[in-house]
Amino acid sequence: MLIYEKGSEERSARAQYETVEINLDALPADQIRTDSLGLPAASELQVVRHFTNLSRKNFSIDGEFYPLGSCTMKYNPRGAHKVASIPGFLNRHPMAPEQHSQGYLECLFELQEYLKDLTGMQRVSLTPMAGAQGEFAGVAMIRAYHDKRGDDARTEILIPNAAHGTNPATAVMCGYTVREVAVNKDGDVDIEALKAEVGPQTAGLMMTNPSTCGVFERKVKEIAAIVHEAGGLLYYDGANLNAILGKVKPGDMGFDVLHMNLHKTFATPHGGGGPGSGPVGVGERLAPFVPTPIVGQKEDGTFYWVGKNEIPDSIGNLSAFMGNAGILIRAYAYARLLGRGGMHRVGEYATLNANYMAKELSRAGFTLAYPERRATHEFIVTLSKEAKELGVNAMDFAKRLLDYGYHAPTTYFPLLVPECLLIEPTETESREEMDGFIAAMTSILEEARTTPEVVKNAPFTMPVKRLDDVKAARELNLAWRPS
Amino acid sequence: MPFVPHTTQDERIMLDAIGVESIEALFDEIPADLRGGVLNNTPEAISEMALVRLMSERAQRDEVSLSFLGAGAYQHHIPAAVWDLVSRGEFMTAYTPYQAEASQGTLQLIYEFQTMMTRLTGMDVANASVYDGASALAEAILMAVRANRGSKSRRVLLAGNMHPNYLSAVHNIVRNQKIELVTIPWLTDSGQLDHKALACHAGEDFAALAISYPNFLGGLEDVHALTRFAHENGQLMIGVVNPMALGILGAPGQWGDTGADIVVGEGQPFGIPIASGGPYLGYMCCKLAIVRQMPGRIIGMTEDTEGKTGFTLTLQAREQHIRRGKATSNICTNQGLLVTAATIYMSLMGDDGIRNIAAKCHLGVKKLLAEATKIEGVSTRFSQAVFHESVLELPKPASVVLAAMAMQGILGGYDLGEVDSALANCMLTNVTEVKTDEDIESFVRVLRSALELN
Repeated sequence: MLIYEKGSEERSARAQYETVEINLDALPADQIRTDSLGLPAASELQVVRHFTNLSRKNFSIDGEFYPLGSCTMKYNPRGAHKVASIPGFLNRHPMAPEQHSQGYLECLFELQEYLKDLTGMQRVSLTPMAGAQGEFAGVAMIRAYHDKRGDDARTEILIPNAAHGTNPATAVMCGYTVREVAVNKDGDVDIEALKAEVGPQTAGLMMTNPSTCGVFERKVKEIAAIVHEAGGLLYYDGANLNAILGKVKPGDMGFDVLHMNLHKTFATPHGGGGPGSGPVGVGERLAPFVPTPIVGQKEDGTFYWVGKNEIPDSIGNLSAFMGNAGILIRAYAYARLLGRGGMHRVGEYATLNANYMAKELSRAGFTLAYPERRATHEFIVTLSKEAKELGVNAMDFAKRLLDYGYHAPTTYFPLLVPECLLIEPTETESREEMDGFIAAMTSILEEARTTPEVVKNAPFTMPVKRLDDVKAARELNLAWRPS
Repeated sequence: MPFVPHTTQDERIMLDAIGVESIEALFDEIPADLRGGVLNNTPEAISEMALVRLMSERAQRDEVSLSFLGAGAYQHHIPAAVWDLVSRGEFMTAYTPYQAEASQGTLQLIYEFQTMMTRLTGMDVANASVYDGASALAEAILMAVRANRGSKSRRVLLAGNMHPNYLSAVHNIVRNQKIELVTIPWLTDSGQLDHKALACHAGEDFAALAISYPNFLGGLEDVHALTRFAHENGQLMIGVVNPMALGILGAPGQWGDTGADIVVGEGQPFGIPIASGGPYLGYMCCKLAIVRQMPGRIIGMTEDTEGKTGFTLTLQAREQHIRRGKATSNICTNQGLLVTAATIYMSLMGDDGIRNIAAKCHLGVKKLLAEATKIEGVSTRFSQAVFHESVLELPKPASVVLAAMAMQGILGGYDLGEVDSALANCMLTNVTEVKTDEDIESFVRVLRSALELN
């Protein structure tokens, strides 16, 4: 039942506002609202109860193991949320003068420093509001670099075909044509295919490492050399940075620019779809082009906003103010709670967990997509054999897992592996939790053999059964209208 | 390792199961010359207790007693229930609702948000948010260029009295797609758009006209005339609208004869703290006919296999995870948690609440203007009608006056000299429903004393 159906015309949360004399004489008469606003009419308790009950219909990290590949659903420390909610931070206006912003600016300045340290990059800008906007900033900088050199023949961005959809979509938003590069059977970029595609028309290559195949790209330095030799630049998509945090720095692999997803690697909450935060880091070549503003420190130790006056070739601002400012505070808090030692262990235990699960699922009879490879922080199980022999596919497994109390892994991505589940446990899951998931998968495999209809019709314990997506798209109902 | 739960025994069992000696061995596929990654410039861990202390001290340094800054970020009362509910782990730590059966809470909430936004704006459909008001305008312009079938133009008319940060962000986001933005000047006496300058473009091919309502200087445009102009000239009409203003001002769906085509804006006034500029939420509404050109996620109502009502992501063929390079935008993660806050806020306030809050904001700025202009040399700079923000002209540079006011703990407004040297003596001042008569008296008293200083 919708909140609209619970109300009654005269209700609202009357403690939340004062009734005033509505005098609109100073406004143009033809602009004054005369119709209803169309909002719900419910009491405060009705609203609180409605949304509390809605929340109970969600799976979440706080409630369930959530092994979504490439999404890094690790524990989001409550302390980070708490400190970002301190009134001084919540009430700071984005245009407050610098002398009334020193506490906030100090946090941002230090976060920039930590991110440089972690990635091996020379300059960091925190403003992009999500991974995709970080990608946009990165590719826009690549474009600005070539433009500045008068090199306007570079019209293509190369992208391995296992990449996230945001990569090609971003390249197009920056005015480039996309050329996909094949990945070989071991999950590595096909070097010969790359050599065939690269040339004077290449602006750059976008790459995720470890890749979305859940393996480390072993020839990354060779790839970097090939692209650089052709005059292109290398973009690192930080979606999988958690795998190598504290172990390998993207700057050392030869990348010129990267974005990080703070809502993955730095444990800020996903919020049911956002907000994210996608800071970018750059090496020497792209340092003059970073998006503004960034935070600088004066000789007297005070902090200040650095804008276009100091970075004249900057690609400029991409948001009204300072991106998702409050997410940066949460990421800073996470960095302080982990510290140097904790950072070093993130990649280690994320990798230990993934390899343990891969091995145990393989023992339980599942097929790994890349059995000869080490798993990184994630790995792929392919169910094409089960789909063919038992008629039970990856979607069925995903839905049945919900009945066992586990969120499904990422399904049908990357597209090049058929019937796949991309599984990422993260470092914050315990062995017991992973053993429970493995037992559930084993049990579902048994069900697929003995009672396949149970798997094919799952879930049974959720608020709804499988939904009709076709009906949703054909008979569009995108907003409620009273009947 | 504050959040890693592994015991020594766990680690041993797991390594044995994998068949390696050490965790380090799991990194053996990484070339040796790349391994290391030693951190040199990151401090050692601190406890949550120490963190709270450190952050409280820093936050306290930034506190001011009273602020009349608006300029795109507005301080409204946020009911306690909003963030208590938003902070529930089930909302805060859920992922994007791709697994619909395990995400009905978030999905229904977004459907309710879409419903509220369409009704408030008088539009047909809304999406599940983009990043913020500025990026929403950039997406609206890109959308309009795709959606305007009658025009082949990649040129868009843009109001010059739009928020300057929006203008620059839009330019930075759309320029690589070879879109040309033509800025319409505004009148220095009224603050409103120059309709004569706009009329010079009559008959030319533009994909859209985008205006801000209220404009950056707080004022109201003649939205009916502007919408008629856009439609008579084959352009889509885009409004960047403060949703709080719609408590007392007419819905964009009713502008002119046929209504705006795309309405976007900053959802921050609805239950979201000003918090240094984010995270906020860019909202986006449009007419049904062009929904397939809308970027971002959209939720639809449907049925499950037993005919029970449920909610799911729909029209996904517009999105990057399906269409890759042919998607309407690269947006993936949006501002879901802020949508949660705005939806709860609108549910609590209802029509009566939003109407009264908007009216009180309007009343407040009128009071402040009436009192402040009693000071000698202080006047209202522009003749346009305003919603809850206006420009005061001072006998001295605003930068000097604002600095003096800040010394007394009051942020009096935004120094317009920052964006236009002709407005160096002007400040943009906002009043919302949180300001009392005493607050307004304090503002006037401190302004007076700041002006009396040399």
